[in-house]
Amino acid sequence: MSYHVDQNGYYGRFGGAFIPEMMYPNVDELRNRYLEIIESEEFRKEYTDLLRDYVGRPSPLYFSNRLSQQYGAQIYLKREDLNHTGSHKINNTVGQILLAKRLGKHRIIAETGAGQHGVATATVCSREGLQCIVYMGALDVSRQAPNVEKMKMLGAEVRPVYSGNQTLKDATNEAIRDWINHPEDTHYIIGSVVGPHPYPDMVARFQAIISQEMRQQLKEKTGFELPNAVIACVGGGSNAAGAFYHFLDDKAVKLIAVEAAGKGIDTGESAATTALGKTGVLHGSKSLLMQTEDGQIIEPYSISAGLDYPGIGPMHANLYETGRAQFMSVTDEETLEAAYNLTEKEGIIPALESAHALAALEKLKFTSGEVVVVNISGRGDKDMETYLKHFHAKQ
Amino acid sequence: MENRINQLFKEKQNNILSVYFTAGYPKLQDTEEVIIELEKSGADLIEIGIPFSDPVADGPTIQKSSDKALKNGMSMKLLFGQLKDIRQKVKLPLVLMGYFNNVLQYGVEEFCRKANEIGIDGIILPDLPLEVYEHEYRTYFEQNNLRNIFLITPQTHDERIRKIDELSNGFIYMVSSSSTTGAKSSVTQHQEAYFKRIQEMNLKNPRLIGFGISNNTTFVNSCRYSNGAIVGSAFIKALSNEGSISQNVKKFVDFIRLPEEN
Ligand SMILES: Cc1ncc(COP(=O)(O)O)c(C=O)c1O
Repeated sequence: MSYHVDQNGYYGRFGGAFIPEMMYPNVDELRNRYLEIIESEEFRKEYTDLLRDYVGRPSPLYFSNRLSQQYGAQIYLKREDLNHTGSHKINNTVGQILLAKRLGKHRIIAETGAGQHGVATATVCSREGLQCIVYMGALDVSRQAPNVEKMKMLGAEVRPVYSGNQTLKDATNEAIRDWINHPEDTHYIIGSVVGPHPYPDMVARFQAIISQEMRQQLKEKTGFELPNAVIACVGGGSNAAGAFYHFLDDKAVKLIAVEAAGKGIDTGESAATTALGKTGVLHGSKSLLMQTEDGQIIEPYSISAGLDYPGIGPMHANLYETGRAQFMSVTDEETLEAAYNLTEKEGIIPALESAHALAALEKLKFTSGEVVVVNISGRGDKDMETYLKHFHAKQ
Repeated sequence: MENRINQLFKEKQNNILSVYFTAGYPKLQDTEEVIIELEKSGADLIEIGIPFSDPVADGPTIQKSSDKALKNGMSMKLLFGQLKDIRQKVKLPLVLMGYFNNVLQYGVEEFCRKANEIGIDGIILPDLPLEVYEHEYRTYFEQNNLRNIFLITPQTHDERIRKIDELSNGFIYMVSSSSTTGAKSSVTQHQEAYFKRIQEMNLKNPRLIGFGISNNTTFVNSCRYSNGAIVGSAFIKALSNEGSISQNVKKFVDFIRLPEEN
């Protein structure tokens, strides 16, 4: 069984390109050209050079002595938080901006939740001198204020979105509408492994550098070819796709995807898609989706803006359905505990999203020799306000 | 099999006015009255919008009417209930328009069966791709005598338009310029070139032009290059005016049909 995309843009029964005709020419052009472009030697060289010299890759694989003691396994942290702009999102935006240039596009749009993808997009646009417009739910604009200021300083226009819950889903709707209204000159840099084919595959390929490095670094540090488990959080699922990518066909590696339970799966305030969703179509692909019986999308909730999304990418829906990956969810409360724990034990303040992956350690059982890699998808600078509020509340 | 859409185009080739509105808007129980009043006022075809929470192809006006309809309590089941006896009251061709997810949850086959049962003639699902329709769902539509209506835009290549023409058997929905619904249109030179290009393709299906048609001028201009035009957002706005539905509908259809005085 292959866990990769098939010729028609599907992962098992998930994926495809469910788009209105107005988007067809752009998506079709991407579908026809993305592989040829990103596999060309000239592209690979420019992309790899930028990842090294601009992003700061490879990101370290750090052995956490104290988490290892705490959880009784060999715990390694993949430090995507140390990338330029503070998260894994830049791996994808560097790739997509190089692609957009080759497609002759000069106007760039993006959606953002936590603001990390928005900042990463604004950053590469600034470097290339391209116009950048970022759609962001109005609620996220207020809860991720530092990133909004960064995007503006980087020269991007941030457009707050007031529809729905004013979060990531609504920002994505608005970015899609923008693309429909600008069919000629615009490239839409989607920030996760969601959207119509070829986006999920394209974004996964740009993030695959994470697991490519993990394999190599693990070999160098431990002599082992493979870890026993890889843990990553899932909003749309791009950091998890990247962290899993080069282990998909190695069945010995447990892949653990962590979703945001919000206040708890049964509270009505949650974003745990696999627990609460069923098959549906949103934002151009068929996947698992939180929705009513009538097919209206249910507004998700998570303390973390980056995981506050009612779906997951089609690749993950397939990993879930086939049982290749184990899906679990952790609450806001458990997430905050995990963030404080890492900060206290290792002096690393993780992003709220990444803290979900760390919180899973509490719920998993390991044997002492097991090698576990946790993907620290981003750093916590953007979340300081939330952390401080929690910290003061506890005192 | 006889279908009211085909019948319409057989009888009338010009100045066809198709009107879109959102079911359950402005009030939940208004659906039937809006349909009846549209027929009385001289519309030729009616598109009944199924509200969706995340309508990405729609501009602010239809987004708002969909939100309102959902808040009013509209659902697919309720809509089918409201339309149960519609064929005892109106003769015009009726088309359901919505997003694929609502239909998928209802069950595509059951949706088609139910639509046929109450006398629906056509379906427009902008985010159901041509290829998926062709390979997975076409038979359900055909078995139930439903015409699937496809959209084309100024960016759609000739080859694809030919394919759409081949798969269509009702009419082709020409989006006036690549945009979400409700964007302003004044029929630019760019659009005229596109309208002419399509006109000269001699397609087997009739064509209606939609998106941005909001007054008599844009209606008449569109009709010069096609069999007629589709009005959506402008009608939704008219429905929100003060006054009864019957007054608002009548006033609006006249406003579109009759040249502006001055
Ligand atoms: C640090 C970080 N991790 C994870 C995510 C979630 O995205 P994904 O599931 O695509 O990795 C985000 C999104 O904003 C993020 O900023």
